[in-house]
Amino acid sequence: MKKVYERNNIALDMPSPYCPGCGHGIIHRMVMDAIKEVGQADNTIFMAPVGCSILAYTYLDLDVCQPAHGRTPAAATGVKRALPDSLVVLYQGDGDLAAIGTAEIVHAVNRGENITAVFVNNAIYGMTGGQMAPTTLEGQRATTCPEGRNPMLGQGYPIRVCELLQSLRGLYYAERTSVHDAKNVLKTRKAIKKGIENQMAKKGFSFIEVLSPCPVNWGMTPRKALEYVEKEMAAYYPLGEFKVDGKIV
Amino acid sequence: MAEKVLMKGNEAIAEAAIRSGLKCYFGYPITPQNEIPAYMAAHLTKKGGTFIQAESEIAAINMVYGASCTGARAMTSSSSPGISLKQEGISYLVGAKLPAVIVNIMRGGPGLGNIAPSQADYFQSVKGGGHGDYRMIVYTPETVQEAADLTMKAFDKADEYRNPVLILGDAILGQMMEPLIFKEPSGRTFDKSSWKLGNRKDRPSHLINSLSLSEGVVEEWNWELKKKFDLMTEKEMMVEEYLTDDADLVFVAYGTSARICRAVVNQSRKEGYKTGLIRPITVWPFPSDVISKCTRKTKDFFVVEMSLGQMIEDVKLAVLGRASIHFHGRPGGGIPAEPDIMKQLKEIMKK
Amino acid sequence: MEHKIIFAGFGGQGVISMGNLIAYSAMAEDKNVTFYPAYGIAMRGGTANCSVIVSDDTIASPVIASPTVLVAMNEQSFDFFIERIQIGGVILANSSLVKKKPARDNIRSCYVPVNDIAEALGNNKMANMAMVGALLKSSGVLKLDTVFKTMQKTFPAKLQKFMDINQKAMQHGFDAAELN
Repeated sequence: MKKVYERNNIALDMPSPYCPGCGHGIIHRMVMDAIKEVGQADNTIFMAPVGCSILAYTYLDLDVCQPAHGRTPAAATGVKRALPDSLVVLYQGDGDLAAIGTAEIVHAVNRGENITAVFVNNAIYGMTGGQMAPTTLEGQRATTCPEGRNPMLGQGYPIRVCELLQSLRGLYYAERTSVHDAKNVLKTRKAIKKGIENQMAKKGFSFIEVLSPCPVNWGMTPRKALEYVEKEMAAYYPLGEFKVDGKIV
Repeated sequence: MAEKVLMKGNEAIAEAAIRSGLKCYFGYPITPQNEIPAYMAAHLTKKGGTFIQAESEIAAINMVYGASCTGARAMTSSSSPGISLKQEGISYLVGAKLPAVIVNIMRGGPGLGNIAPSQADYFQSVKGGGHGDYRMIVYTPETVQEAADLTMKAFDKADEYRNPVLILGDAILGQMMEPLIFKEPSGRTFDKSSWKLGNRKDRPSHLINSLSLSEGVVEEWNWELKKKFDLMTEKEMMVEEYLTDDADLVFVAYGTSARICRAVVNQSRKEGYKTGLIRPITVWPFPSDVISKCTRKTKDFFVVEMSLGQMIEDVKLAVLGRASIHFHGRPGGGIPAEPDIMKQLKEIMKK
Repeated sequence: MEHKIIFAGFGGQGVISMGNLIAYSAMAEDKNVTFYPAYGIAMRGGTANCSVIVSDDTIASPVIASPTVLVAMNEQSFDFFIERIQIGGVILANSSLVKKKPARDNIRSCYVPVNDIAEALGNNKMANMAMVGALLKSSGVLKLDTVFKTMQKTFPAKLQKFMDINQKAMQHGFDAAELN
């Protein structure tokens, strides 16, 4: 009989720690698959952030380093410089990467660190219970902007991170994808794989932003949340490549 | 015999670190420690090590965290305001049981203060400037020679205890040139295979973090840390006693202040005053027992600090009311002057 | 014996170089030595000073509250430090620029026109070297020969061609110095 599906053995045999409908599980899976496909499981150091995916280590059978909130790109720099031949995968959420850790990601990219970053943008602080994120859309509600985010009230505008990083010469590859449907999941899979292959070929910084649903903190059903990603988020955060082979697309 | 060289304290610390097998240095410019990153940029990279001028002190300490995860010897340095920024990282290093060497060449504060020498970061260094129940060995060299020696020792102790170690100097130590002879590093090796990340083969995955949300785990792990801190207290305290045997009055001072007090001791003895000096070389662990024992024969202790008085609290805890404690302090970059201390000494001795 | 020397002058007068040279030379004579610069204000035309202690014994504090010798390359430095000189100490002044005389009689003085000496040699950058010569003569801190040898050892290759004129300036300063 032909085997059509197999559990990735990087995933430990336990339930996912994430809420129903959350995008992290899918994205984790694609990161694991890419690492497995390039045969680097024993050589990978997974850099976990502070945020929901801080728990990644509970079911990833990988060496994991989990530093302070927002500082993951700096710590990843330390890891990679000390072990240049290891595969360093940086995994961060929007609060970690685009608020408290803005300086760290900008400068890690600017130095052209040879690492692969997966940036999960779900427009909310999940772990702390649904506060406004730097990527929360205008009008989107959160516990700290209960009337919906309003830039006119000094709450700022949603930050488009790929666009922000695009001009940095240290950035080799950047793409924004989404996991709201199968077609885009496959695109995400391809982008993550490419980012990892870039690192193995010592090309420099690869950055993959993934739009991802957070139904619980958005107060939506999982299906509605996927629609929100597709209709609202992707409208503000255009999908596609921003930088390929070091050139702006 | 190794050659005698003339170097600034900052440079000697950097060279000693390189000789100790430092692999990764991360720093950010701030006076008066700029010679350390400059030395690393020029010399560490030639030895195949990594030097990064980070985007901030915060990034630098977290780069140390990352490099240390891989088992590499890693270090950062800064001066007071920059060390404040590193406090979060220091707490995480202790929490994650990561070795690291951190150098603070203190300057005047609070705030941006000035760039003059100071010892006002004592509380921050020994009472934990970061959050949580933690301790670390704090070395306070008083000469360039000792700065180099203690830097070498700091790397060993960091690895031995899997804990950050702080070298606490002031701007005088950093800027001053003195002759020194670099000693051979100990050559001790530390097996980090049970915890370091990377190059995994036939072993379970390793995790470096400082979080557990399961009930009781963090408490248990704090008790484990305490065992380590207790062991450091028992084994790592360093102190120098100078002419204390017959002393009627004993100075307590560290680093540059101790050098100044030593001059006063020498001068006052010439003038017939029996004085001595207890110089903590580690301010954590603090030589409480040595001070405590000294109260049996000495009834006057004279604490001198380049601050409004911080270490004096630990001296009080050691003396426990069994002797008088006097103080001379100069905050905000002021340097205690020998004649001023001498004058105060004579007034005390009159009574 | 302990010499506590403060070198002071304008930035650019070679004040730090003087201190450096004395420190290196002291090491060559196997003396204990500390060199402590006023740092962070290194700018041309600003003030510069450094403290050098040369001693047969262990040096307690590298900070000089009151020097045994003040080397004043300009009048501002003279004004700033003159009162701090130890009783019985020496004011060594660059008389090309320092016109004042000390208002105290418990110190000795030695006035040497080091700018003029340097100019006579055709290189006004040699004033500090002439002053080092004067310092060696008036204080006896180190041997002239030791300092010559230290210069040969420590001068970078590109400065070696100036060795002769440096040593000549130092010798002239040495010869011109008279302690009163």
